[in-house]
Amino acid sequence: MTHTPREKAFWSIAILVVILYALIPVAWITSLSLKSPDQVADGKFFSGFSFENYDQIFSENTFNAALVNSLGIAAIATLISIALASMAAYALARLNFAGKAVILSGALAVAMFPPISIVGSLFDLWRAIGLYDTWPGLILPYMTFTLPLAIYTLSAFFREIPWELEQAAQVDGATPFQAFRKVIVPLAAPGVFTAAILVFIFAWNDFLFANTLTSTTDAQTVPAALAFFSGGSRFTEPIGAISAAAVVVTIPIIIMVLIFQRRIVAGLTAGAVKG
Amino acid sequence: MSQIVLDHITKKYPDGFEAVKDMSLTIEDGEFVILVGPSGCGKSTALRMIAGLEDITDGELRIGDSVVNDKAPKDRDIAMVFQNYALYPHMTVAENMGFALKLAKVDQSEIDRKVSEAAKVLDLTQHLDRKPANLSGGQRQRVAMGRAIVRDPSAFLMDEPLSNLDAKLRVQMRTEVSRIQQRLGTTTVYVTHDQTEAMTLGDRVAVMRSGVLQQVGSPMDLYNNPKNLFVAGFIGSPAMNFMPAQIEGDTLKLPVADVRLPEELRGNLGGSAGDGRQVIAGIRPEDFEDAHQVGDHKDRGTTFTVTIELVESMGSELYAHFSAVSEHSIESEELRELAEDSGAGEVPGAGEEGEIVARLDPASKVARGKEAELWVDATKVKLFDPADGRSLTADSTAEGNGAPSASGGQSPAGRDPEREPGGRG
Repeated sequence: MTHTPREKAFWSIAILVVILYALIPVAWITSLSLKSPDQVADGKFFSGFSFENYDQIFSENTFNAALVNSLGIAAIATLISIALASMAAYALARLNFAGKAVILSGALAVAMFPPISIVGSLFDLWRAIGLYDTWPGLILPYMTFTLPLAIYTLSAFFREIPWELEQAAQVDGATPFQAFRKVIVPLAAPGVFTAAILVFIFAWNDFLFANTLTSTTDAQTVPAALAFFSGGSRFTEPIGAISAAAVVVTIPIIIMVLIFQRRIVAGLTAGAVKG
Repeated sequence: MSQIVLDHITKKYPDGFEAVKDMSLTIEDGEFVILVGPSGCGKSTALRMIAGLEDITDGELRIGDSVVNDKAPKDRDIAMVFQNYALYPHMTVAENMGFALKLAKVDQSEIDRKVSEAAKVLDLTQHLDRKPANLSGGQRQRVAMGRAIVRDPSAFLMDEPLSNLDAKLRVQMRTEVSRIQQRLGTTTVYVTHDQTEAMTLGDRVAVMRSGVLQQVGSPMDLYNNPKNLFVAGFIGSPAMNFMPAQIEGDTLKLPVADVRLPEELRGNLGGSAGDGRQVIAGIRPEDFEDAHQVGDHKDRGTTFTVTIELVESMGSELYAHFSAVSEHSIESEELRELAEDSGAGEVPGAGEEGEIVARLDPASKVARGKEAELWVDATKVKLFDPADGRSLTADSTAEGNGAPSASGGQSPAGRDPEREPGGRG
């Protein structure tokens, strides 16, 4: 592949435009978060560093608790969802059993079901059985809505792994579960991480369930807590604080993607068979 | 180490396809048995049933003294080498070879010792810390072998282990496999579609076709006394030439020449072989000779004159191709299958020209387009029943499948000389 200088220039500009388009809002919100309350409305892109907003949100119990809730709920939902999904996906990829088609289409139906249509009844149901404003109360719907996606992603990865590897493990003395855990899962690691990130992001970003099914710092996640932010006094808009919180919530996602990116990209299955 | 017994084993898939039909075979302790046949003949399925990777529909499989039909692969104490090696890509060579021992909860020091021992045998010592992806095809194949060796199992099962290697490496590894098996004396079942591998490696060879065991015997036994057309055409390279022929008195009328049937052959045909009987004659390329080079055994055969169409010189031998017009036509299901699989075993129809290959001494003066006098050894001619492909000339004394006398001659020293006759008795 060789590029003429003109092609190179074109692509450089195109890439620059896309990056700017994607990052300007992020840069703007970062700049807002660094302004002191009286500078927020000045319309300037940069007017000095002030960590006032960050001090404010971290000094408030609401935000700290919400951060803990967000991390905990998203992490637990991800773990359970991936554990269940990998086993389900494995069965779907490897076995032929009655009702396989029903399960697959059922999973797809769950994924396509609009959350808004069940959130009302969930609210009533959760209040009746005591799940309202608790961690399990959010983990359950997150898990349910992310399982189909995780199952589909993972079964695609499992299907790529040569069946012989598993049979070799069985002949080597592994039980089916050992073969799954020691051979199949490590090889499907890129798939597992991809699915885990997708599930985590869904749970982390969700506003609808969090806003409806929680009310206090017991289970309120960051997106929900943000909606209840108030300014320093009754008369100040909490724009600076909201911006600071918004910057803080993106950080875990960025870290996670950076960590797992290499594992996702790594072609771990290379060399399994002659190729 | 132990005996493997397949007792009327049948494999039927849910869609009704029978991959293996009523197969009975006894593999003796320490024996090297080859399952050979064209693709789709059920040989791999049979091996996978021994491994426990396929369910057995009917029949009984015994390894050692126990029936293992319902045992999981891990409880059968067997090691398998897969066609694509199936190395664990996320583990180093050492971890690959030690995986089975690790699962068996063997001490790490013991694992290290066994792995390095096997690595030394297989010349893999300097590669122990590498991942399979960084190895060459031959090295991967050796790792796959090593994984089987370290475990010291009661049997090795090999599913076309050499078919992914290039031709030169394959010959090299073939010797290697044979050497390792002799050294360890482990019962081995080896599946291949390559008759050369089958002939060179096995103590005994089992030829399969469409799920049915055709013949079991030592390589020489199969070569000299094929029980039917299929075995005759499958074993030997280049393949046996087949041609329609007719028996008239003590003369066999071949498309190329009339041959006097030797006494032994006539005896085998029995008195009922009346005049005018149609048969399929099979002559191996090596049973032709240049008439000028035949020694004092010339009276065993017949000389005839043909026009040579093509000469292939291999250095150590010459392949002379010529054709002969047949008067009769013969149809055979087995030959059609052979022909589809390998291009060998075509019987020309009536009035058609059938191509015949003769293997001659390189000193022969035959040349393309010239007439040549060739000689055929009448005592080596095989005759087959066109109806069912059964051999009419197979030596009945050596016919018993894998009779001890046949395989016993090939056994390495130290094996039980009085073992039971294997095969379907």
